[in-house]
Amino acid sequence: MASAAPLIEPRFIDLLLSRRAVAVALVVLLIVLAVCLLANLLAPEDPMKMSVRQRLTAPGGDFWLGADAFGRDVLSRLLYAGRVSLGIGGGVALLSSLIGILIGLCAGFFRHLDGLFSRLIDAMMAFPDILLAIALVSILGGSIVNVMIALSIVYAPRIARIVRASTLVIRELPYVEAAHALGSNTFVIMYDHVLRNILSPIIVQSTFIFAYAMLAEAGLSFLGVGVDPATPTWGTMINEGRQYIDQAAFLILFPGLAISISVLSLQLIGDGLRDAMDPRLAKNL
Amino acid sequence: MTSYLLRRIFGLLVVVLIVLTIAFIIVRLAPGDPAALMLGPEATPEDAVALRAQLGLDRPIFLQYLTFAANAARGDLGDSIFFNQPVLHVLAARAEPTIFLALFSLLIALVIATPIGIYAAYRRGSWLDQISISTAMLAASVPSFWTGLMFQRYFATELGWFHAAGYGGPDATFIERMSYLILPSIVLGIVNSALILRFTRTSMLDILGEDYIRTARSKGMSERRVILRHALKNAAIPIITVIGLTFALLVSGAVVTERVFNIPGMGNLVVSAVLRRDYPVIQGTLIVVATLYVVINLLTDLCYLLIDKRVRY
Repeated sequence: MASAAPLIEPRFIDLLLSRRAVAVALVVLLIVLAVCLLANLLAPEDPMKMSVRQRLTAPGGDFWLGADAFGRDVLSRLLYAGRVSLGIGGGVALLSSLIGILIGLCAGFFRHLDGLFSRLIDAMMAFPDILLAIALVSILGGSIVNVMIALSIVYAPRIARIVRASTLVIRELPYVEAAHALGSNTFVIMYDHVLRNILSPIIVQSTFIFAYAMLAEAGLSFLGVGVDPATPTWGTMINEGRQYIDQAAFLILFPGLAISISVLSLQLIGDGLRDAMDPRLAKNL
Repeated sequence: MTSYLLRRIFGLLVVVLIVLTIAFIIVRLAPGDPAALMLGPEATPEDAVALRAQLGLDRPIFLQYLTFAANAARGDLGDSIFFNQPVLHVLAARAEPTIFLALFSLLIALVIATPIGIYAAYRRGSWLDQISISTAMLAASVPSFWTGLMFQRYFATELGWFHAAGYGGPDATFIERMSYLILPSIVLGIVNSALILRFTRTSMLDILGEDYIRTARSKGMSERRVILRHALKNAAIPIITVIGLTFALLVSGAVVTERVFNIPGMGNLVVSAVLRRDYPVIQGTLIVVATLYVVINLLTDLCYLLIDKRVRY
């Protein structure tokens, strides 16, 4: 039975790592994750410690990546901010997948819900990501959890659309019919026979959502409508640094690089996962 | 064809109705009294009561929704609390920079992405192909506001080639105003070229593997003619889809770039509205841009008819 197939093909890891760019991206992302998670051990300074005499110190010496307008160590802030930025990205990928799976499975499995849910997905996707996120955060308030909820609502329709389309195909397959005939519970069929067989596209899409959510969070923080400005994220660091761009361009250079490197790695991994999980798609990419 | 068009328009109206409903719900999700929130801490309780009455917030929620939907159908999206003007007027006054920014950015993205995408597909696996794909992915990974700030710093402030920010004074001529959009358009053009490049390359690769391309080549047709007459024409539909999508996203999604370059467009208006808690403006902008998005999508689909004679609805 298809549902008994292993979730990860035996040669999956080989296939994934056979592309050098994907292997490098994976290593880079793991390093970024590790250094951010170990920020309390690795950061040379307290990220909040101000030293007014060291304001806007250029990179080098005591401050490897310089000091900001309050004399705080940029490297330490970068590491701590990474926790929040990556945490929001990962949290949104997870939460939006959960919401998307729920909506997509219901839309694909229950015909009478399909019309309404599909139109709802269409309508949600008509709102530009950043605009909907801004509106939601402005209503919910700018905390880390609220930004995560807002971005999850923004990205859930992408997952829902994929899950719905895949469910529509799987629903018609003989083994689902057989499970129905054997009297299996509908929810067991949805989980065991449908969801487990459509995990690949969900994982690929949620990797991309991880990347988009990091960019969106940075955008929201930059606009001043994201998380509380006192919480260091890579976006808030750029927003704070822009006032001093003429005297200290490094203040926006490093957080910008951190976002770009993480997002690029995630996009490469997403591409690699897609190719490894469905080699038919890989031929043109 | 007519029945297809009617079906699509009906579908569009349903989506717009759901968009209206979502926009209505979002604003009602605000914790506490929306009127007090909008007026800020300086307002007296009497002000809040008056505003609640003005906005109809003192009536049952279902009635509020019906009034809201009926007004929206007539083109009345309410009044801005801050400007004390109809939301549509406020938006219309900000539309020029946003639309031209979107148009110029799309043009720049097309000029960059289409030829490179075609050539990368034609020379698949070559160093140029590799570089173009990597650069496209990089462009899609860099936050647009970061690119904007960097470009602003070097090309405007340091080198003085472009205006750094703004949209000219009140007396600025049309040409002067447009000159302020050059640098932001380049930034958005580069960022958005990534998606178009990948789409162009992928759909060209699909077509170049087709039998009729081999036939055309075997007849001795020049490569230039094969690519331009046979391949590009057939690869056009997916490319047009992504162009339509990009334009729709640009009209509505240039929020951050408008903020970086201080362009008084619709995106900038929304951010200011959020900071001022001007909910009718936020709600109105959501409705207008989402409706624009679905209309542009429909127009894009209709474009297929002009391009591909095989498409019959």
